[in-house]
Amino acid sequence: MRHILIPFFSAAILALPAHADRLPVPAGAPPAFAAECGSCHLPFPPALLTAPDWKRVMASLDKHYGDNASLDEKTRRELEDFLVRHAATDRRKAGAGDPPRLTESAWFRREHREVPQAVWRDARVKSAANCAACHPRAEAGSYSEREIVVPGLGKHK
Amino acid sequence: METYAAEAAKQAPGYQPSGERGAALYSKRFGVSEKMPACTACHTETPDQAGRHAVTGKAIKPLGPRAEAARFTDAAKTEKWFRRNCSEVVGRECSAAEKADFILFLTEGK
Ligand code: HEC
Ligand code: HEC
Ligand code: HEC
Repeated sequence: MRHILIPFFSAAILALPAHADRLPVPAGAPPAFAAECGSCHLPFPPALLTAPDWKRVMASLDKHYGDNASLDEKTRRELEDFLVRHAATDRRKAGAGDPPRLTESAWFRREHREVPQAVWRDARVKSAANCAACHPRAEAGSYSEREIVVPGLGKHK
Repeated sequence: METYAAEAAKQAPGYQPSGERGAALYSKRFGVSEKMPACTACHTETPDQAGRHAVTGKAIKPLGPRAEAARFTDAAKTEKWFRRNCSEVVGRECSAAEKADFILFLTEGK
């Protein structure tokens, strides 16, 4: 059934610019990516920040948004190379802040402009980076609008 | 855990792991970090229950090996998280004795 629907949805996606509801972690990711970068939050898709952003994130793991995410140099290098290789080239995905946040990019703000301010502060959400709070299949790279459930607001439209 | 206990005994002869001290460490509010005042901030009051990261909201599997069999089976992983979480919550690394006490509490209770 899913397979039959795919051509239909691809056509719909082509018709709507800036529509990306699949953001998987690329195949061939080093195992350390999920183990290290997916332990405190979900492993963010590399395509949500630009290469210079990822370099800044990976250069300051000891001061990681108020946390310490340090790695040994070999793993750090391996993960930086992987992130940079799959980074966004679209400038709207440039992050902001130090280290840069993907939840502050022009792209992220645009995709979420309809989300009411109060929702971001809901205790069940805690943080905009907690993608899975509203996108139940985020861990599998799926952000389809049909799946969105916002705490306090329920199923999206 | 045996490794931590042996190391602790070397540092302080006569050391015996204590689940009671482990429980105290588990629930003590250090207050070094506002967002992560205690181990319970992410691992909840009951270690056999699934936790939640205090900042990111991400679900964390139970820390207690009775509920999550893989716990304390990978020494490098265990050591890495002790280093990280103790620095963050306690404000310094935990001693071998504290680690042995902590694991005994999670494995067998007080
Ligand atoms: C020890 C826990 C921990 C580990 C390990 C960790 N992070 Fe984080 N990360 C955090 C915290 C805490 C935040 C801040 C979340 C917030 O403010 O909502 C964060 C935020 C981020 C953000 C910004 C999200 C946003 O708000 O836009 C990025 C990007 C990020 N981490 C990437 C990584 C990468 C890449 C790795 C692996 C090298 C990693 N993290 C490993 C704890 C961690
Ligand atoms: C508080 C709830 C919430 C959180 C947290 C959240 N989102 Fe969303 N997201 C939404 C809603 C609601 C929409 C749909 C907005 C609309 O229709 O305008 C959306 C839309 C999207 C879309 C577009 C989907 C499509 O089909 O076009 C993507 C991609 C996306 N989010 C990714 C993310 C990522 C990545 C994160 C974490 C870094 C995240 N979201 C965190 C609520 C959330
Ligand atoms: C900010 C959230 C947070 C706090 C506070 C916290 N931890 Fe953790 N802890 C984690 C995360 C995330 C993991 C790794 C994820 C996983 O293994 O499920 C983890 C894993 C561990 C592990 C690894 C267990 C294993 O072998 O699998 C130990 C040991 C541990 N924590 C001890 C502690 C101790 C001791 C404290 C208090 C001094 C503490 N934690 C406080 C988030 C936290």
